[in-house]
Amino acid sequence: MSVAAGKVATVDADRERTRKLAILAAIWGALALAPFWMPYLGGYTALGTRVLVLGLGAMSVNFLLGFTGVLSFGHAAWFGLGAYGCGLVLRYVAHSTSLGILAGTVLGGILGAILGALIVRRRGVYFAMVTIAYGQVFYYIAFQWSSLTGGDDGLRDFQRAPLDLGVTSVDILYNSTAFYYFVLICFALVVVIMGFILRSPFGRTMIAIRENERRARFLGIPVDFHIWIAFTLSCFFMAFAGSLYALLNNFADPLGLHYSQSGNFVIMAVLGGMRKFWGPLLGAAVFVVLQDYVSSMTVNWQFFIGLLFVAVVLFFPRGLLGFFQQRGQA
Amino acid sequence: MIQLILFNVTNGLIIGAFYVLMALGLSLILNLSNVINFAHGGFLVVGGYIAYTLEPYLGFWGALVASPFLTAILGLAIERVLIRRVYGRDPLYSLLLTFGLAFVFEDGTRYIWGAQGKPFTVPAFLTQPLSNELFFITGYRLFMVAVVAVVVTGLFLLLRHTRMGIRIRAGTLDLDTVSALGVNVRALRSLNFGVGIFLAGLSGVLAGGQLGLEPTMGAGLLMPSFIAIIVGGVGSLIGTLVGGLLIGVAAGLTAVVMPQASEAVIYVMMAIVLLVRPRGLLGEEGMLT
Repeated sequence: MSVAAGKVATVDADRERTRKLAILAAIWGALALAPFWMPYLGGYTALGTRVLVLGLGAMSVNFLLGFTGVLSFGHAAWFGLGAYGCGLVLRYVAHSTSLGILAGTVLGGILGAILGALIVRRRGVYFAMVTIAYGQVFYYIAFQWSSLTGGDDGLRDFQRAPLDLGVTSVDILYNSTAFYYFVLICFALVVVIMGFILRSPFGRTMIAIRENERRARFLGIPVDFHIWIAFTLSCFFMAFAGSLYALLNNFADPLGLHYSQSGNFVIMAVLGGMRKFWGPLLGAAVFVVLQDYVSSMTVNWQFFIGLLFVAVVLFFPRGLLGFFQQRGQA
Repeated sequence: MIQLILFNVTNGLIIGAFYVLMALGLSLILNLSNVINFAHGGFLVVGGYIAYTLEPYLGFWGALVASPFLTAILGLAIERVLIRRVYGRDPLYSLLLTFGLAFVFEDGTRYIWGAQGKPFTVPAFLTQPLSNELFFITGYRLFMVAVVAVVVTGLFLLLRHTRMGIRIRAGTLDLDTVSALGVNVRALRSLNFGVGIFLAGLSGVLAGGQLGLEPTMGAGLLMPSFIAIIVGGVGSLIGTLVGGLLIGVAAGLTAVVMPQASEAVIYVMMAIVLLVRPRGLLGEEGMLT
């Protein structure tokens, strides 16, 4: 009896593993071939790149929100700081894409780590409010310091530089497909790191804190410290995505720091499914395509984005992935 | 110089009074229902525009009285249909819901009343400066401060002495026990939400008279109100009152020395409070944190 049951379990586990591998292969395959299949669905390569970059941002938000259970509603701050860091280096310091990304990531990540340390003991609504206010601080700085940042008009006059690979250099400025693959490689790098962290003992601890913070505390886990580390990592990922965003647009503007942008990232994560690793990417894809479509139809497109928020909360609180899985099981 | 300082301090007090009115409504809803109402600025704008629409029929005074009530009724309807569904759920959902509503309000007002700013005329006798020396103290400004003072005093009396007010305060501390004692918590939350939105509508009308009406005016007042709550301490209405006045005056005083930093100074104040006294000036440890 127990032997048979054990066998069934291993067969199930094998099947589960094959299924997961198949899904992973499908996701990466679809992403790798996107420049080829997207035009048939009315998309264009830059739109795909946008999905990747914003999807990475949403996954970084979800790293904190979905896996640690900490609600930061000001994550656009680190995204925007990454964008400004990258843009400022490209404009004033050196014409180097990799240096720009490095600068953006470090700027957003370090500031996130410092400010995160001030509030890791707060939770819930209060945490959300303070993170919103943090985001607005950087928004005002970017808005007011126009001699450096270009103020309301945004930071212009910089371009991503060709990638120098030693033997050859790749033109990612005018060749949008090459740039897509460059972003895809960056995306893959961060996503793999995220995946490893979530599978590590540290990642398991994050999930334990999400599930029951008090119990985690009683087990002797330094909860605040773990949340701070998770917050900081998430800020670094976010800033990395932000630098890619600056490269994508050759532009950085204060709206990228604004709390409405933070809200967009959170809704992407929730729309896709925040308990799922890939949920935010799906959410970002739906959101970006929808925004692209609606804003081409009407000037009052925010009205419909607002309705989307309301609809997600009322009808898809577990996100599209959670919704379909639930129906599949039922 | 003294005149300049006085000018900016008065300005700061008046702006602070706005923040107080707005932040008290936010604070009421946050304390009892644990909902951050992002759409508060949207209600403010709607309040202003309703007054603008009513003014030709009811005149200034009629619009001033009617508009906050109509805004509150709209608020009650939205609470009933949408916001009620997210009570008790993860704060994430109420945030997203009201955040979406804020978008809907902003573009909705733009669609109905147009993107151009609208003037909201106040009676001529209120717009006269009271003296030549202190040219900046117009009757309307004094009037606004007086209205805010009366309403805020009324609110605190209501909370202290009426049965409903006592229940709201008790619910802030322990809603489960209040519910177990036989109070209809649903109705209490609705009523409380309505009062909060009434304050938002009133701020909209008053702000419209001073600054004119624009679809985006609510979003600009929302963030300072958040900060007023954080500085004053989450969970304390008196704290919100103090916080609002404090950041208003601080912004005014900064405008004397460095006009471009007057907006930034409120964030600096928030950072200092978070560093030195994370619970806020009058907040109690453990409230909502």
